[in-house]
Amino acid sequence: MLKYVLRRVLASIPVLLLASVLVFVLVREFGPDPAVSRCQNSRQILVCRERARVALGLNDSLPEQYVRFMGDFVQGDWGQSQRTDQAVAERIENSLWETSQLAFWGVLVSVVLAVAIGSYSARKPYSKADGMFTGFAFAGLSMPTFWFGLLTIHYLAAELQQLLGTTEPIFYSIPNPIGGGPVEYARELTLPVLVLSVQLVAGWSRYQRSSMLDELHNDYIRTARAKGLSERRVVWKHGLRNSLGPLVTVIALDFGGLFGGLIITERVFSRDGMGSLLVDSAIHGDTQVLIPWMLVTGAIIIVFNLLADVLYGVLDPRIRVS
Amino acid sequence: MSDERDARQRIRESGTAGAAAVGSGVLLDEGVETAAALARGAPIRSQTRLILRRFVAHRVAVAALIVLMLITALAIFINVVSPYESNPIPLTPEILGDARHGPTGDHLFGTDRLGRDMFTRVFVGLQKSLQIGLGVAVVSVLLGVAVGALAGYYRGWIDTILMRITDLVLVVPALAVLVILAANPEPSFFGLFDFPPATEVPGMIIVISVLGWMPMARIVRGEFLSLREKEFVDAARAAGATGPRIIVRHLLPNTVGPIIVFGTLEVGLAILLEATLSFLGLGIQLPQISLGNLVAEAEGTVGTDLAYLIIFPGLTLFLVVLCVNFIGDGLRDAIDPRSVR
Repeated sequence: MLKYVLRRVLASIPVLLLASVLVFVLVREFGPDPAVSRCQNSRQILVCRERARVALGLNDSLPEQYVRFMGDFVQGDWGQSQRTDQAVAERIENSLWETSQLAFWGVLVSVVLAVAIGSYSARKPYSKADGMFTGFAFAGLSMPTFWFGLLTIHYLAAELQQLLGTTEPIFYSIPNPIGGGPVEYARELTLPVLVLSVQLVAGWSRYQRSSMLDELHNDYIRTARAKGLSERRVVWKHGLRNSLGPLVTVIALDFGGLFGGLIITERVFSRDGMGSLLVDSAIHGDTQVLIPWMLVTGAIIIVFNLLADVLYGVLDPRIRVS
Repeated sequence: MSDERDARQRIRESGTAGAAAVGSGVLLDEGVETAAALARGAPIRSQTRLILRRFVAHRVAVAALIVLMLITALAIFINVVSPYESNPIPLTPEILGDARHGPTGDHLFGTDRLGRDMFTRVFVGLQKSLQIGLGVAVVSVLLGVAVGALAGYYRGWIDTILMRITDLVLVVPALAVLVILAANPEPSFFGLFDFPPATEVPGMIIVISVLGWMPMARIVRGEFLSLREKEFVDAARAAGATGPRIIVRHLLPNTVGPIIVFGTLEVGLAILLEATLSFLGLGIQLPQISLGNLVAEAEGTVGTDLAYLIIFPGLTLFLVVLCVNFIGDGLRDAIDPRSVR
């Protein structure tokens, strides 16, 4: 097992290196030009741009820039944000912490709901409840996130407050305005977690449904029933256990994607996470932040990819052999 | 040449299990049915007719298609249907006096803070959404099919490069790439030629298509990899058909199903992505209307009586994407009966 993990870790290093080239070219060549956004208010735009280009080393060839950047990056010098002069590493660290909390709770809630809904639907396919859940999943996948987020703020924060006549909303639409404590923490995270979960549950529950449906059609399930195991044991012990493998892979992959993918949720709920950092930096042409941002989120996705493979190996030992 | 066509038609029409690339299971039953019809001398049901019949049986998808057609028609003819302008200039005192009206019979979606009719504005915005959705679907499908077909049929270096690139793309968050691309006000291809920024419809189509074609290429490649080993391809090759001919006349017709399904779903995805980018302020800019920037413009009204300014544009967007997804689902079931829902 250890050997397997080690081999996978080593194999992901060239992937990350290649990805860094791709990301560098993407941001430098096709992303916003830092010199342009820096000189928006300058009277002599062309002179200003040229100066900025020289200062940022943008006039060198791309390979030169790449080698210089990666040299610093690997040594831990991630540079400073052009806009705020804050150290990039620090900004990313703070944002990452913000995002992880949202992602963690969102995934936790969604896993429970998705497994419950998916398994139930698979137990009673084409039932009324199954149809309802299918409709729900379609709605969840077709819903514009920004709109749904604003709706939750409107109804669950503002309208609910009016309805109850309280002086402050039950659920906050912005991060923690009052103070610490688990209750405040829950009040601040409920809405963003809800918005995030609706999408995740929509996708995952469908996945779990088909995976469990496949599993329940297997011969060993019939054998288990034939030898007189209780239905509950057959379904939840054998069926569920074996249907989880594929779902775990998908969950791990999606989880990894969330660290760079909560762009809208964070924007709507004014949370200073990775998503907000990306949009801010992109709008202001802060490529100093964008490239490390992409590398960090890419590395996280690779790590979760790896985790998915390892978990799959644990859940289904047959995989490890090949 | 006539032999090939004959063979293909026979395979298609008889639907003998295993011979046709498309489907087993349900198709087999229908194949038998068709054979029986043939024996009776009844008119032959073509594959298209069978698919159509299965699609019509999918009630939700048909309803979605009707709703979507109505909405599309309304968007196309909104200038004729609506007595109001989407961007009245100048804003006369009468218009301004009409501001902040909730939904009424005159203004179905109400009026905004400047008295402009939201119904008109939403459907003008929807015009852009639909243009972009269709544009992205067409570009992604054409590009994806071309690359996927070459990679799947010829294998070799095209295949290697394609698979490596798509592997790498899985490592970066897709929306992040779109945000970075859309944030460039003066995009160019390595300084060789410029293309329009994402603040315009064509630029937005390019940006969203950049990642959109890759799943299509992968799908087509996968189909081709299995199809190219089939007997009817061997037969065509033995009859002297060239590579391009085999691709266009033999393989592509057998891949039409997945392509149509992907194209349909891509329309919905592209509409959502455009609205999202415009909401972030990176896409279509006011005074040009998009459903995304309408919501962004009204974001401050959340929690107030004016929140209908958010609700209606979003609801329209939601409804359109939902319809597209239902249609895509219906098509998938109709074209590939093996995929049990």
